Amino acid sequence: MALMDKHAIIERNATLLLIGSLLVVTIGGIVEIAPLFYLQNTIEKVEGMRPYTPLELAGRNIYVREGCYVCHSQMIRPFRDEVERYGHYSLAAESMYDHPFQWGSKRTGPDLARVGERYSNEWHAQHLADPKSVVPESIMPSYAFLKSTPLQINDLSAHLTANAGVGVPYSQEMIDAAVEDAKTQSTPDADTTAFDARYPKAKSGDFDGDPQALTEMDALVAYLQMLGTLVDFKTYDETGGDR
Amino acid sequence: MDYHTMRTFADSWGLLAMLVFFISASAFVFRPGSRDTSAEAALIPLKDDCDER
Amino acid sequence: MRHATSIVGLGVFSFLAILAAAFAHDNAFANHMWVLAIVLVISVIVLLRRENFQRAAPVDPSAYMDGPVRYGVIATMFWAVVGLLVGVVVALQLTYPALNIEPWFNFGRMRPLHTSGVIFAFCGNALICTSLYVVQRTSRARLFGGDLAWFVFWGYQLFIVMAATGYLLGISESREYAEPEWYIDIWLTIVWVAYLVVFLGTIVKRKEPHIYVANWFYLAFIVTVAMLHLVNNLSMPVSFLGSKSYSAFSGVQDALTQWWYGHNAVGFFLTAGFLGMMYYFVPKQANRPVYSYRLSIIHFWALIFLYIWAGPHHLHFTALPDWAQTLGMVFSIMLWMPSWGGMINGLMTLSGAWDKLRTDPIIRMMVAAIAFYGMSTFEGPMMSIKTVNSLSHYTDWTIGHVHSGALGWNGLIAFAALYYMVPKLWARERLYSMRMVSWHLWLATLGIVVYAAVMWVSGIQQGLMWREHDEQGFLVYSFVESVAALHPYYLIRSLGGALFLSGALLMAFNITMTILGYQRDEAPIGGALPAPQPAE
Repeated sequence: MALMDKHAIIERNATLLLIGSLLVVTIGGIVEIAPLFYLQNTIEKVEGMRPYTPLELAGRNIYVREGCYVCHSQMIRPFRDEVERYGHYSLAAESMYDHPFQWGSKRTGPDLARVGERYSNEWHAQHLADPKSVVPESIMPSYAFLKSTPLQINDLSAHLTANAGVGVPYSQEMIDAAVEDAKTQSTPDADTTAFDARYPKAKSGDFDGDPQALTEMDALVAYLQMLGTLVDFKTYDETGGDR
Repeated sequence: MDYHTMRTFADSWGLLAMLVFFISASAFVFRPGSRDTSAEAALIPLKDDCDER
Repeated sequence: MRHATSIVGLGVFSFLAILAAAFAHDNAFANHMWVLAIVLVISVIVLLRRENFQRAAPVDPSAYMDGPVRYGVIATMFWAVVGLLVGVVVALQLTYPALNIEPWFNFGRMRPLHTSGVIFAFCGNALICTSLYVVQRTSRARLFGGDLAWFVFWGYQLFIVMAATGYLLGISESREYAEPEWYIDIWLTIVWVAYLVVFLGTIVKRKEPHIYVANWFYLAFIVTVAMLHLVNNLSMPVSFLGSKSYSAFSGVQDALTQWWYGHNAVGFFLTAGFLGMMYYFVPKQANRPVYSYRLSIIHFWALIFLYIWAGPHHLHFTALPDWAQTLGMVFSIMLWMPSWGGMINGLMTLSGAWDKLRTDPIIRMMVAAIAFYGMSTFEGPMMSIKTVNSLSHYTDWTIGHVHSGALGWNGLIAFAALYYMVPKLWARERLYSMRMVSWHLWLATLGIVVYAAVMWVSGIQQGLMWREHDEQGFLVYSFVESVAALHPYYLIRSLGGALFLSGALLMAFNITMTILGYQRDEAPIGGALPAPQPAE
């Protein structure tokens, strides 16, 4: 009997230790993370944010795949030098459709949060293929293979569906038209009426310098060219939000 | 309950409660009665005889 | 037919992998499934060749199960060399960008290979093998679950191989230190649950009345990593047969979840688990009980409670709400206390035995590890202060900080534990060479000091160049000028890394020779003790 009691206590102790440590490590996470989901002022109200076009989303996936985040941040801090160098500081709203976020943690290269429309498509295609040819001191690797790799577009609808599943407001119409939209956006002088209605102010045209082929370079440049261009800062109210 | 009520609660009573908990937990661990138990436990790694084959 | 179940199981899974490759939705997934199929087929062949049909020798239930620990020691050593080698390569890629070979060996794919190689492959194997060693000896019980421990070992190696090949093939979730995609995450979850069962089961059937404090730290590490891994990797796969998934959270919530994970990968993987190592191997090598067992209890609860809050200090001045940033900063500063409490506890274990520092290079290595732990847990809270962080964030300073912790604390304490365990596990009288241990320590220390010092200078210079304004109020430097200015530092940094790597190679040689049963003929360290002089 005495032995049985002792055994019970021992077992309970190991389990207690397990439960105790789990409780202790849960507190901090709950207190910090949970409020972000329901506090109203976590994400500012802004005008202009829209989900990525299918082509931009494909480009973003290439950005993710190549690990660009290990050298480039997408988060401008509210300091004088950063605002002068990169533009208006980043808002939480600007990454509200980013699954996953790409804020980064290291600037071996410059911040890219507002790189969109700063350079021409030709510059980007040239720079990605051979960085040193446009920035001689650059230590960035070459991504010339993007230019010769055809972009896989047949599964874009599935990608939009997965995004809709985690909360990005893609409508059924957008999902159905995903492949068509990717082709439209990358074709110069295409009829963009329906596309523009779905994705207001999205740029279309040839991105990689080769209008004949739809390559990974097209997608990546399309993504880079829209970074940080969506929010209309003329209507943005600084006093909102929690910063 | 909005953010500011929670904040006020956290930096007054919440803080006090955590401090009291910490001090009493430390006092409990260092109470004189626990000396023997912890001395015994501290020797566990050293009395392992089957290790030194 | 000892391996019958494994052979059939692996055979079935090889077939499924080939099916998955054939019906894959994207190229990357197809390639990855071919890798998996090849790995599984090779293991089937190896098992078939090792199969025999005699009845297995009965297992002595009172003896320790050290097979997986021995394999773990070798795996730790192997992945240490691989992870550090890739580290030197990526350092050289930053110095000489021509070393990038697109697309598979570009820096963006190689850096996750280096970080995961060191954190999960090297440190992870060190944690698994030492924890299985320690829990048996402090519980005086054989591992629970029989061959489950073998499943944990091989399952974890499969996770490493799949993660590593995935990065090179361009399969990445791009969440720092959680890059593997959804199907690899699911596999790791299965392995991790098995690990928890083995570890907890051994504690439950222990013959000691107490659960020794090292096991507390190991247990908290296993449980917390399970929680972090599950929450941070919640994601929506595009297809059941595709490599790509989209994270369940977005933007600011995703950022905090990721850094809650990221910081506690440091806090629990690289700190709590390694403190478990410290609380067993330092007393063992010094042959004295820990300085204050009761302090270690406070250390445990305070450390695990405070660490989990510190994540937001990775997101200072970002779009994360200010209140969360402030919480992260306050808790990071408070963390300084339990960290240094633990450091003092570890160091003071040697009080009364300081003379061992002169004669025992393993003790010396442990002391150096604890000293680096103290240094980086001082630097960390300092860098979490928002003013300091505004300069240090995004720069090489962070990289230097990480390496003084990872190379100094994790590397040295794990190496010391290996040096301690190897002669015991293979029943050798002593290591092949103690003088090589001493050499290893000096090479490693010199390497870390060079690395950290260079990264301080480079990080602070980078931060200052970015924010420098001239009298007219214009920015003085373009971004690329700051890149060009760092070239010499990157070169010296590679040298620091190479020094550390050469120490690890020396260790690999030393341990291999020990396992093979050789002893180097050498004079003992410290020479003869000085003759005691009578007091006048």
